[in-house]
Amino acid sequence: MEQDIRLMKGNEAMAEAAIQAGIDAYFGYPITPQSEVPEYLSREMPSRGGVFLQAESEVASINMVYGAAGAGARVMTSSSSPGYSLMQEGVSYIACAQLPCLLVNVNRGGPGLGTIQPSQGDYFQATKGGGHGDYRLIVLAPSSVQEMADFVFLGFELAEKYRTPVLMLSDGAIGQMMEKVVFNHKPLPKTEKPWATTGKKEGKHRSIITSLFIQPEVMEKVNIELNKKYAEISKNEVRLEEIHTEDAEYIIVAYGLSARISHKTVELARAKGIKAGLVRPITLYPYPYDRIGELANKAKKMMTMELNAGQMVEDVRLAVNGKIPVGHYGRLGGIIPSPEEVLENFEKFIKE
Amino acid sequence: MSEEKEKIVEAPGCLTAEPDLEGYELVYEKPDTFTDVRMHYCPGCGHSTAHKILGEVIQELGIQNNIIGVAPVGCSVFAYDYLDIDWQEAAHGRATAVATGIKRVRPDNYVFTYQGDGDLAAIGTAETIHCINRGENVTIIFINNGVYGMTSGQMAPTSLAGMKTTTSPYGRDIKTMGSPIKVSELIANLPGAFYVTRQAVHSANYARKAKKAIMNGLRYQKLGLGTSFIEIVTNCPSNWKMTPLQTIDFINNEMLHYYPLGDVKLPSKEALDALAEIEKGEKK
Ligand SMILES: Cc1ncc(C[n+]2csc(CCOP(=O)(O)OP(=O)(O)O)c2C)c(N)n1
Ligand code: SF4
Ligand SMILES: [Mg+2]
Repeated sequence: MEQDIRLMKGNEAMAEAAIQAGIDAYFGYPITPQSEVPEYLSREMPSRGGVFLQAESEVASINMVYGAAGAGARVMTSSSSPGYSLMQEGVSYIACAQLPCLLVNVNRGGPGLGTIQPSQGDYFQATKGGGHGDYRLIVLAPSSVQEMADFVFLGFELAEKYRTPVLMLSDGAIGQMMEKVVFNHKPLPKTEKPWATTGKKEGKHRSIITSLFIQPEVMEKVNIELNKKYAEISKNEVRLEEIHTEDAEYIIVAYGLSARISHKTVELARAKGIKAGLVRPITLYPYPYDRIGELANKAKKMMTMELNAGQMVEDVRLAVNGKIPVGHYGRLGGIIPSPEEVLENFEKFIKE
Repeated sequence: MSEEKEKIVEAPGCLTAEPDLEGYELVYEKPDTFTDVRMHYCPGCGHSTAHKILGEVIQELGIQNNIIGVAPVGCSVFAYDYLDIDWQEAAHGRATAVATGIKRVRPDNYVFTYQGDGDLAAIGTAETIHCINRGENVTIIFINNGVYGMTSGQMAPTSLAGMKTTTSPYGRDIKTMGSPIKVSELIANLPGAFYVTRQAVHSANYARKAKKAIMNGLRYQKLGLGTSFIEIVTNCPSNWKMTPLQTIDFINNEMLHYYPLGDVKLPSKEALDALAEIEKGEKK
């Protein structure tokens, strides 16, 4: 069979994958560095099927996602940091109403209006809440253009399996860079959604999509139900990649763009005789706490490399639980360090 | 998450006594589209009348199995408890965005929102205007009671000049608090608005007219020519601090002066002819 191989930007690959994954609708609002997504979809969807709608704001887009997902559609939105912040109320409602959908944040530098350059400053927002209340999102962190496409399929698969919103946390570099991408994904079957609002058919239980549970006992029941689901997700869906960890004494933990840079750093360190390894969490929630904790039994030190002031490092510390020292190296403001710069600081940390 | 109520369920804080109907002749019933859940609305509140006529319209149009409602955040947040149809409960102000999402992926369903004035004309103004500007093929039922009912009587964008509320205790001063918004007139300017009318429900006659308007608003979805908007000027006895009868005087003497009843924008004759054709086809 001939392979469908293309050279594409991450954002475009994600948009193309969305169409191939059979989305019924996309609602979004332009923001750099993800505007290629609505541009691509507005061009392609009229002839290939599905609804494309440019909303008046991210507040509107996330609530359109709520409505369409609640009506049983396969639906997504994408944005970048300031726009994704604006969606948080809706994300909380969607999580509580248990609506499957795919959200994408192509992370840029902040806080505030910040910079349009790549950043990983939204790790806390993505993994520790974002909106109000006790909820979690499945968070996928692509580190290549290929994964931006793959994780659309994975994202919808998980979203529909668990009836939960899935967030793809990318960044301005992965979204904008051009790479080879292979489209060979298995078609995603449509899932049954008996809970969706499609009109109260004869003999069918009527469907109500809501996040309002005013009686404390009922609210608590819903909270417990949600948390059972999150426990199930934590048990089944942890994904990570390891490089040279078998004998590693010094491990870098990094995701997304940082993992690409750190991979190079680890190779450079190995060439210098340092027993270095890389752990790349692919799911930021659920986080690979267990595996990192296990690696800490053999390794001497771990360092995170993040394009932020030190966010994921808190999860590594939780995983390591005091067994070995844990450090952080990061650049801010949209600056991307070279593998050599990371190595220099990794070595400094090792010697400390 | 759906939860069917089979037995009579008490809404929090409502009266529980079962009326004794022994020896009475039944002349007035609730529509079949209603559940058996007792309403939580305060006595004399226009919301319950508005629900009633909406339920009757859905029954008379025979669309109970084909309609999806969007409930707001406001006193009518529990509308889904009372009308036995599929519903989605939207975040405060976002009902028209939610309705857009639903209608775009399920164009064959009737879709409506039911929203208060705080919901639709303050926090949700952008969503309201853009939904109508896109001419989304949905029906918006707008309950204008001049106050934030649910949160106990704060100033709404529709509160009349000089009106005392819990956040305008000295009366609404339009110099600092803005003027009450005439939403129907405002949105009628948008080309996407297909039908805009202002109605009331505080007398049987008004309620009959409002019912007709809601019925038309829903029927127009068969044409797909734009958004239908039915404003209902009504009361909030609890927060106006009036008896239901006093609120009728206040509506007649104050509210309707500023918010005159009647159609603001009507469909063209061609559109109505086209609808007649469609409905003739349906009968066959
Ligand atoms: C984001 C958000 N802000 C504020 C509130 C609190 N709140 C609930 S209902 C409401 C006002 C409702 O007034 P209106 O829309 O006029 O409806 P009514 O109760 O009068 O029918 C407010 C401010 C909320 N639920 N969510
Ligand atoms: S508070 Fe006002 S609007 Fe709400 S139910 Fe009571 S009377 Fe009606
Ligand atoms: Mg109100």
